[in-house]
Amino acid sequence: MSNIIEIKDLSFAYHGRNVLEDIDLSIEAGSFLGLVGPNGSGKSTLIKCLLGLVTPERGEVRLFGERLSRFHKWEDIGFVSQKANSFNSGFPATVFEVVSMGLYGKVGLFRFLTKKHKEKVREAIRQVEMEAFMHENIGQLSGGQQQRVFIARALVSEPKLLILDEPTVGVDAKSVKRFYTMLKDLNRNKGITLVLVTHDIGAMTEYVTDVACLNKHLHFHGDTKEYEEQEDDMMSRMYGHDVQIITHNHEHHDDHAHDGGHSS
Amino acid sequence: MELLQQLTFLERGIIAGVIIGFICPLLGAFLLVRRITIISEALSHITLTGIAAGIFLSQSALWLGFINPLYTGLVFSLAGSLLIEKLRQIYKHFQELAIPIILSSGIGLGAILISLSQGSYNEWYNYLFGSIVTVRLGDLGFIFFTGVLALVILIMFYKELLSISFDQEFAKTSGIGVRKINFFFSLLIALVISMSMKVVGILLVGAMVTLPVAASIQLAKSFRQVVIFGILFGELAMIGGIYFSYHLNVATGGMIVVTGVVLLLIAVILKRFRTGLA
Ligand SMILES: Nc1ncnc2c1ncn2[C@@H]1O[C@H](COP(=O)(O)OP(=O)(O)O)[C@@H](O)[C@H]1O
Ligand SMILES: [Mg+2]
Repeated sequence: MSNIIEIKDLSFAYHGRNVLEDIDLSIEAGSFLGLVGPNGSGKSTLIKCLLGLVTPERGEVRLFGERLSRFHKWEDIGFVSQKANSFNSGFPATVFEVVSMGLYGKVGLFRFLTKKHKEKVREAIRQVEMEAFMHENIGQLSGGQQQRVFIARALVSEPKLLILDEPTVGVDAKSVKRFYTMLKDLNRNKGITLVLVTHDIGAMTEYVTDVACLNKHLHFHGDTKEYEEQEDDMMSRMYGHDVQIITHNHEHHDDHAHDGGHSS
Repeated sequence: MELLQQLTFLERGIIAGVIIGFICPLLGAFLLVRRITIISEALSHITLTGIAAGIFLSQSALWLGFINPLYTGLVFSLAGSLLIEKLRQIYKHFQELAIPIILSSGIGLGAILISLSQGSYNEWYNYLFGSIVTVRLGDLGFIFFTGVLALVILIMFYKELLSISFDQEFAKTSGIGVRKINFFFSLLIALVISMSMKVVGILLVGAMVTLPVAASIQLAKSFRQVVIFGILFGELAMIGGIYFSYHLNVATGGMIVVTGVVLLLIAVILKRFRTGLA
């Protein structure tokens, strides 16, 4: 079994309006996938389907070979949501506390973090070079710094799969480069399978191993070389006909995850 | 048991107060970061409805005379808390509506039940504003057991509640059963509110949940500090309030709240002072 993610024949609709149609996508262990598509093309929705945060109309998702409804090894998955830094900026939590949350699902009820857990938290914070801010309030940091903290929160459980939904929005160009280099290192040297969602296609091609292009349908999935050969064709297919570049504010759709989701 | 029987009314009141002063801010810290401290207002009023129902029932038939209004208060509070959660799902985009809906239903029904029953003015006054001299041994038992139960739930779900409060989506993807824990959280709020009734009173119970953590968040950097300072302020308000109310012979609940407000002011000034120096 080398497919970490398997999506079969998946369709999803918000209030009767189809957002994803007939998606088939398999992601191999060890790959670094760039999932691209214009704004409103359904990238975040696909990620939510695959994490069980919303329930698709049709289709099947398997994580690590296990049906999503039966999957329970959540510590193997690290996730940084597109909305990660839309938290209440007055929230009284330190960087250390936020990163600790990455271990909470694993530690179990009635238990608190042990010395070993705490060391892991510190290590994850070091990994994203935020150790100087360990005991600072999360709301006081810059957007890019917060983003790094959320990466650390996703990394602390030592996941085998890391999913990042537009992690570089609001981060300056130089930091983006450094950030992508860090991801590449996690992928090549630590063997973590990565899914990076972005609408900025140009910047990521030199880091990823595979590309998937989404706009309601999956228009392309292949390795970076194939992608570069077909790039122009792809762009016109994706942005040309059947275009629906919708750029409204996602915050308004914020529906507090009451819709579906796995319960354990 | 002997020992318990020998407790004076003041000792019973103080023990009850110390338990409440500990649990209320602990719950309050979670309500604060979830921005739903106002829920305590709705639940305290629905608890009043339950108390009115209890008094009415115990008067309506001899064989129902055993009913302690605190228990019916707890039952109504639990039902109200679950209803609020349901209403928040129905009004997904206007979740704050759940509070006034439950609050006004509670007061409406409560007013009818009060008009039907023959509680004395004093009895109602005690329920509204709190009293320590009326904490009977049975009431202390009720406060103790609900307090222990609330504490167990809080310790059991402390991490999970914190993670959900900060980022519900992430909590789900880290393997936390969000629905299950939100259900227990609703029960927890109801427990704590009905537990505090007797000492602080319906009108002031929201203050015990809110004031200590409102003070502590002025000074805290971490969630842990919000909890620790909150409990500290809660106990100070409680013990200070009981002390002053006893010596000045004024309403206990009122004095507890006023002490809490004074502590809050001190915290605000301290914070100003600190940021002023920095
Ligand atoms: N909670 C929601 N309710 C209704 N429509 C939504 C919601 N979230 C997203 N949408 C719609 O679904 C489509 C896909 O959104 P999304 O998956 O966020 O796209 P992307 O992440 O590619 O920008 C958009 O048209 C968007 O307006
Ligand atoms: Mg998106």
